[in-house]
Amino acid sequence: MGATQTRSGQEYQELAERTGFSAEQIRNLHKRFQQLSGNEDTISREHLKSIPALANNPIRKQIIEAFFDKRNQHGNELGSYEEIGFEEFLMVMSHFRPPTLRTTEEEKEAMRKEKVRFLFNMHDTDGDGKITLVEYRKVVEELLSKSGTIGQEAAKAIADAAMLEVASTNVPNMVSETAKLSRGKDCMVACCSAAVTGSCRSRAQMTSMKGLP
Amino acid sequence: MFWRRAAHGRVGFRRSLPELGLLLLATLVLLEGSVLPLGAASSPETGITPGAGVSHGHADKNHSETKHKKPFPVLGLNYDSVKTPFEISLWVLLASLMKLGFHLLPRVSSIVPESCLLIVVGLLVGGGIKLIREEVPPVLDTKLFFYCLLPPIILDAGYFLPIRPFMENLGTILMFAVVGTLWNAFFVGGFLFAVCQIPHASLSHIGLLPCLLFGSIISAVDPVAVLAVFEEIHINELLHILVFGESLLNDAVTVVLYHLFEEFSEAGTVTVLDGFLGVISFLVVALGGVLVGAFYGFVAALTSRFTYHIRVIEPLFVFVYSYMAYLSAEVFHLSGIMALIACGAVMRPYVEANISHKSHTTIKYFLKMWSSVSETLIFIFLGVATVEGPHQWNWVFVTATVILCLVSRVIGVVGLTFVINKFRMVNLTTKDQFIIAYGGLRGAIAFSLGFLLDIEHFKDMREIFLTAIITVVFFTVFVQGMTIKPLVELLAVKKKQEAKRSINEEIHTQFLDHLLTGIEDICGHYGHHHWKDKLNRFNKKYVKGFLIAGERSKEPQLIAFYHKLEMKQAIQLVESGGGSKLPSAMPSTVSMQNIQPKNQPPPPKPTERALPQLTKGREEEIRKILRSNLQRTRQRLHSYNRHTLVADPDEEGFQDIILKKQKMMELDRKIKEMANYLSVPSHPKDSPTMSRARLASGRNTDFIPAQQQKGNKKSPDPQAYNIKLPAGGVPTIQVDLASPQSPDSVNLLDEIGKAEQKEDSGLMMKPPESNGPEKAGEKDGWRDQQKLTRCLSDPGPGAEDDEDEPFLP
Repeated sequence: MGATQTRSGQEYQELAERTGFSAEQIRNLHKRFQQLSGNEDTISREHLKSIPALANNPIRKQIIEAFFDKRNQHGNELGSYEEIGFEEFLMVMSHFRPPTLRTTEEEKEAMRKEKVRFLFNMHDTDGDGKITLVEYRKVVEELLSKSGTIGQEAAKAIADAAMLEVASTNVPNMVSETAKLSRGKDCMVACCSAAVTGSCRSRAQMTSMKGLP
Repeated sequence: MFWRRAAHGRVGFRRSLPELGLLLLATLVLLEGSVLPLGAASSPETGITPGAGVSHGHADKNHSETKHKKPFPVLGLNYDSVKTPFEISLWVLLASLMKLGFHLLPRVSSIVPESCLLIVVGLLVGGGIKLIREEVPPVLDTKLFFYCLLPPIILDAGYFLPIRPFMENLGTILMFAVVGTLWNAFFVGGFLFAVCQIPHASLSHIGLLPCLLFGSIISAVDPVAVLAVFEEIHINELLHILVFGESLLNDAVTVVLYHLFEEFSEAGTVTVLDGFLGVISFLVVALGGVLVGAFYGFVAALTSRFTYHIRVIEPLFVFVYSYMAYLSAEVFHLSGIMALIACGAVMRPYVEANISHKSHTTIKYFLKMWSSVSETLIFIFLGVATVEGPHQWNWVFVTATVILCLVSRVIGVVGLTFVINKFRMVNLTTKDQFIIAYGGLRGAIAFSLGFLLDIEHFKDMREIFLTAIITVVFFTVFVQGMTIKPLVELLAVKKKQEAKRSINEEIHTQFLDHLLTGIEDICGHYGHHHWKDKLNRFNKKYVKGFLIAGERSKEPQLIAFYHKLEMKQAIQLVESGGGSKLPSAMPSTVSMQNIQPKNQPPPPKPTERALPQLTKGREEEIRKILRSNLQRTRQRLHSYNRHTLVADPDEEGFQDIILKKQKMMELDRKIKEMANYLSVPSHPKDSPTMSRARLASGRNTDFIPAQQQKGNKKSPDPQAYNIKLPAGGVPTIQVDLASPQSPDSVNLLDEIGKAEQKEDSGLMMKPPESNGPEKAGEKDGWRDQQKLTRCLSDPGPGAEDDEDEPFLP
């Protein structure tokens, strides 16, 4: 393990600079990555689908898709991967970092924008940079998908209502997500930052996972 | 003499209204101040009442063994028997009139918070009473305070507690409440003891334990004062919930510390075991209180599941169960406040899903009313009690107390925030810390606890303590209360967002919750979101089905929220008198109008299904008709008995609007499945009035008005108006004003549903075409409908008689 450790130490440094995680956090996430992928180098969609806890999540598909979406890799590519490596995994996770006391205002703004862009990409499934009524409807349907019976019509009505609300308050076309989410933005950003970092910080949870060497 | 003063005030001509108001206020104060001691005075001796014409016949009746018969007393005076309720009512009236008075003086009420003004009023009343009668009745009776005045305020706070921000910040709140209060208590108590040792202060008789006791009394942030002051400054939700949550949750700590030190003061010594038991006691008190409250909350929710027959007493259950929770907790010396909060918070989601809209409004208004009056009374009584005494002013003690309270609060908040920020996602800035520290107001609870002190045991100290407590309370309420508003402005603290929660927010909040839970699962971390999600699923699966009646138990939160929103908008729409001019606040219907172009209206059928495109003229007509119909239904509300409320036609109308919308969507759904067509003679476009006329008179239609079927010869059926269905591309709001008829429209919709409707992108509908064979089926449908009409006729006597006159102009 010694040789690999020093090698990974350097890699980790690189990744730390790119994603903003600390080395400790990257190490923990790497462990988890290996656990998910069965010690291979890449993860495919099936690996993520096999997580039992995710089965109850109504937007499971979208979450998994987000990992494979090229737009979340801070590049300009479109489309999606079939499999992702640790680097891509980390890039996606880096969207959920909270701002620390040391980040400046501009950095915070940039982070916020990044997070909103992540969400936007989750909604915009066809990748054209716009969220249409149909796409939004799909989102609402997925949210209600676990509730079974009522589903379709109600979802449509709710999506229509929501879309109209935005239209009445803001720019008519939905190109920029920030307009749409302006009201809920604070809550969103707060939630975004609340996500994974707790896990990244605590070693205890990582070691308590099953099957860890 | 006060009469003359008052008269003099009124003589001044051309005084401005506020000043007149002020003088009126003063008059009222003095008037009430004079009546109360009169009441007190008259208790021992019935005969000695000044003023009103007294006939001694009553008093002498007792001595009627004497032979001569007194003339029958025409006018008597017996104040005794009504004394207590009379005085209570007088106080409540005073409180309410004061509140009214303050809002007449906008200049004053913008500078000085209401609580200060009320204390001043209390001082004046107390002063007045003292002047007149040398002795003030003890009004801030501890029992009265804790059992009557405090519960409504706490219940109001607990029932309307915003659960989500509270739970998100629970860790922070608990830290401030528990650790902060402990720190305050020990710091103040300890240092005061040190101060008491100063030789010149003549305070050396106060031991350590009484000092600590005093510290524990004075250290708790008071929910009443916080509410009163923070209501007016509108700061952002986070700060509000932090300070307010702290003030609620520190009750457990206060209760434990108070009883602990009181016991120990009598015993004289403290051992480690006692300290350990104290900690256990704290856990018991806090958790026990919450459990008691949660238990009562569940029982209340379960009860509300079965109240759909007797809607009138639904609010009563909410209030009584909560009060029982409070009292039960007090029986076991648990924290009553926490029980009340837990009860309100637990029962609210289930009760609101079960009770009627009216009960909901009733609960809201009653809670607000009671808590408002309670709060006012508390502050007034504080003022009166201040005048009453007993006081013993000791400069050293009092100033030391005030300074120590401030210092300890600041140090406590800063220190705790430093620790807390390590665990929080959104850190608390210095500004936040300042507001939290500055918002630590003390209030009436501290005073009442001081009052509760055993007179015997604390003989010399009690007055000193009380004086100090009053001073601190006054200081915080007056100085901090008055200056916090300008400070908030000065520091540019974020204010409360006024926008209401929109459906977008709801969608995104849920989406984010699921997203974050998913990410946590991918990471393998059992964090905050994971457990919250588990709890939600447990709630949905088991608890909701158990506690919520009927269909609504299966309703997902998003849909429930959407329905609530729709209901509100429907009510607004109807109240504004018309349905045609749909504001953009009615998204779903507007969406169908705006997003897709209007199609041509379908040819009206015998059932008169469609309102054609509405021009301005017709809009006006419709609005007029709606308005007049609404007025008529209001006149129709005749007597009800106390046990049942006649189903309000208005409310049914709202339900119907929503029902209609749902049916609209069903229509969408049935598009491709339908191969049959309804036969429809095509009619020209005409105004609703004309179509109604045609409809009602039965000409050219197959429709036989219900009355004719029944053998009644009333020809225009005003209740036929409601049989208009927006099957066309223009959904409109139609208020079904006659409740028995509303099921009809549903039936008809089902009939219409059999028609084929092509849908382009879900929002457009074309007129159905007719087909012969279906006509028979339709007729059957009609007969069913009329049967239904006959079964579900009038809600009460005379309903049909009222509609004698022709509905149409």
